[in-house]
Amino acid sequence: MSTHATTVQPSYLEDTGARKGLMAWLTSTDHKRVGMLYLYSMISFFFVGVGIGFVMRLVQLTRFQNLITAETYNALFTVHGVIMIFLFVVPGLPAVFGNFFLPIMIGAKDVAFPRLNLASWYFYMSGAILAILSLFTGGGAPDTGWTFYVPFSMRTGTNVSLAVFAAFILGFSSMLTGINFITTIHRLRAPGMKWFRMPLFSWSLYATSWIQLLATPILAITLVLVILERAFGIGIFDPVKGGDPLLYQHLFWIYSHPAVYIMILPAMGAITEILPTFARRPIFGYKAIAFSSMSIAGVGSLVWAHHMFTSGLSSFSVMLFSLLTMIVAVPSAIKVFNWVSTLYKGSIDFQPPLLFALTFIFLFCIGGLTGVMQGALAINVHIHDTYFIVGHFHYVMFGGTGFAFFAALLYWFPKMFGKMYSKKAIYASWVPLFIGFNMLYFTMLVLGMMGMPRRYFHHLPQFNTGHEIATVGSWFLVLGLFMFFGTLVYASLKGEKAEDNPWGGVTLEWTIPSPPPVENFEEIPTITTDPYHFPQENEA
Amino acid sequence: MSESSHAHAIHRDDFGARLGMWLFLVTEMVLFGGLFIAYSYMRSKYPAEFHHAGAELNATLGITNTLVLLTSSLTVVLAIVAIQRGDRRKTMAFLATTLGLGLVFLVIKSFEWATKFHHGLYPNSAHLATLPHGEQVFFGLYFTMTGLHGLHVIAGLSVLGYMLRMVAKGEITQDRYVHLENGGLYWHLVDVIWIFLLPLFYLAA
Repeated sequence: MSTHATTVQPSYLEDTGARKGLMAWLTSTDHKRVGMLYLYSMISFFFVGVGIGFVMRLVQLTRFQNLITAETYNALFTVHGVIMIFLFVVPGLPAVFGNFFLPIMIGAKDVAFPRLNLASWYFYMSGAILAILSLFTGGGAPDTGWTFYVPFSMRTGTNVSLAVFAAFILGFSSMLTGINFITTIHRLRAPGMKWFRMPLFSWSLYATSWIQLLATPILAITLVLVILERAFGIGIFDPVKGGDPLLYQHLFWIYSHPAVYIMILPAMGAITEILPTFARRPIFGYKAIAFSSMSIAGVGSLVWAHHMFTSGLSSFSVMLFSLLTMIVAVPSAIKVFNWVSTLYKGSIDFQPPLLFALTFIFLFCIGGLTGVMQGALAINVHIHDTYFIVGHFHYVMFGGTGFAFFAALLYWFPKMFGKMYSKKAIYASWVPLFIGFNMLYFTMLVLGMMGMPRRYFHHLPQFNTGHEIATVGSWFLVLGLFMFFGTLVYASLKGEKAEDNPWGGVTLEWTIPSPPPVENFEEIPTITTDPYHFPQENEA
Repeated sequence: MSESSHAHAIHRDDFGARLGMWLFLVTEMVLFGGLFIAYSYMRSKYPAEFHHAGAELNATLGITNTLVLLTSSLTVVLAIVAIQRGDRRKTMAFLATTLGLGLVFLVIKSFEWATKFHHGLYPNSAHLATLPHGEQVFFGLYFTMTGLHGLHVIAGLSVLGYMLRMVAKGEITQDRYVHLENGGLYWHLVDVIWIFLLPLFYLAA
């Protein structure tokens, strides 16, 4: 769609209001600016998490073990988990790309509640600041692991209450985003944009928002109970007073397992946008993908106790949860088959976003299949609390959500910044990223099978080789991350101007200028076709 | 579809605002839902102790408070009806009544809590530690759930107080009152949760 030169609006990057510079950004309710605020803050916290992970790997090399104490190690894996999960992976794609692109993709000028949207970012930042404060104040950094399991989290002298409160605030932010997205999708779709004409990224955000809405409050109340236990000794989780620690585990995982789908569904949605664009074909099985998102959201809410197979549940419960866990793999697999079928017989235009999307599918398959393995009861007992688990969830969270985040960033970067990055430099960064990732986490899968327990500071000599390979892998990974983000930062400052539609995409965000104007559309478009309607040779 | 294009045209979406509020209320229900799960589990574990501990609570005060809250829900509805008819003075009067009833609830509640403290029935007290496990858990849940509900009453009162100010300043009017409706919805939620708490604690005996 062409823009008329006479009525060109200023881009959202230019300050049009009374305020200028930083203040204009901090007070802007423009969904695009809020998305960018999330992007910058999230990437900063991500690198803090990466740094902590790097140190944790380093001290697993025996010769560097003296760098820190075992207690510090406990604090490090706790904080690494809290930062990566609550500050990066959970808000991840919805907060950045959802905020930026959901309104544009459905043909709206903004989200339904723009001020609430900005408030969510402030909640996010307050939570983040509290989480970081908890490291340096009170009794020292929390050392419970990100799961805050009772009774240890009730007894430890470290600063658990503040960290838990931070997670509570972050949950609130996530919930408000969910409310905003659901209302936006229900109310602000452009004329003619029926439910099944929405791009699938919007569908995945819709499913995610419902999980955020229905699961996050359970985490909130559980964390409140931990704080009350610590402050007043209410006894609900305390066996000395008749309480039950197992109740904590149930409540915690009733949120935290669905949270896994909060993390992965938007990632799958982004991949679903990228593949059709570079295969020049409509997505294969549109409705199957939309419904699989919803069924992952549904079934995924019923599998939480597979985190607790060794905690003494009844044998009937564990069988039931094992079965449900296997079932939730089905809709995920449906998506993978649909992605592969989309590529089949497409006219593939190989570009960096596609490379990262394909890497996502590869790594996510390893993560997903090792997940099914853990759903099997006998295997679960053997690998419970080992490096296998750590390897598995890094394949899903980092290989899955992380790489999808990178792919989405590469795909939408030209639209968001109006600049193009060096494709060669991105390809170059992929090599250490991919090699390092697999050296680090595949080795963890093997170490876990051999019996290396997670969260241990010391390890037995027979695990030396494995730990050395993993640590060297972490160096490659960090190198790759610096190359990747270095390229993008350079491009955002000095990159060439990007075209409005560099990839030949057909969803609405590619019909407007790069970077988008303040109001997104000069005129709200009327939708008459499916979202992935590529012009055929004879049509053009 | 016609609805969503409508929302674009007028730049104001009361239906959307109410939808957002309902979604928020869902999260509140789930928040208390977590506590209801804990309560059900503990009650099935300690049925006799819950029965016994429930007798310690003053059912008369509990029922009085229920009537107070139900009446306040009625007055908030009357306030909305009044603003729909454009009667600002009546709206403010009904809102003020609601605020007053909310305060009455809090006062009665605080007397109850004070009595429990006086009897040594509070978390971590020496007396409570001598009671059976089930009773300790009962009072742990009692203080947590009524306390959290009390915080919601305070939040609701603040919201309605702000609404009163908006009505006074003419920001809520006959044709723009969705804020008041949403404030009312929140107040009903506070009421509904209490209606669950009453039988779970006061009528447990």
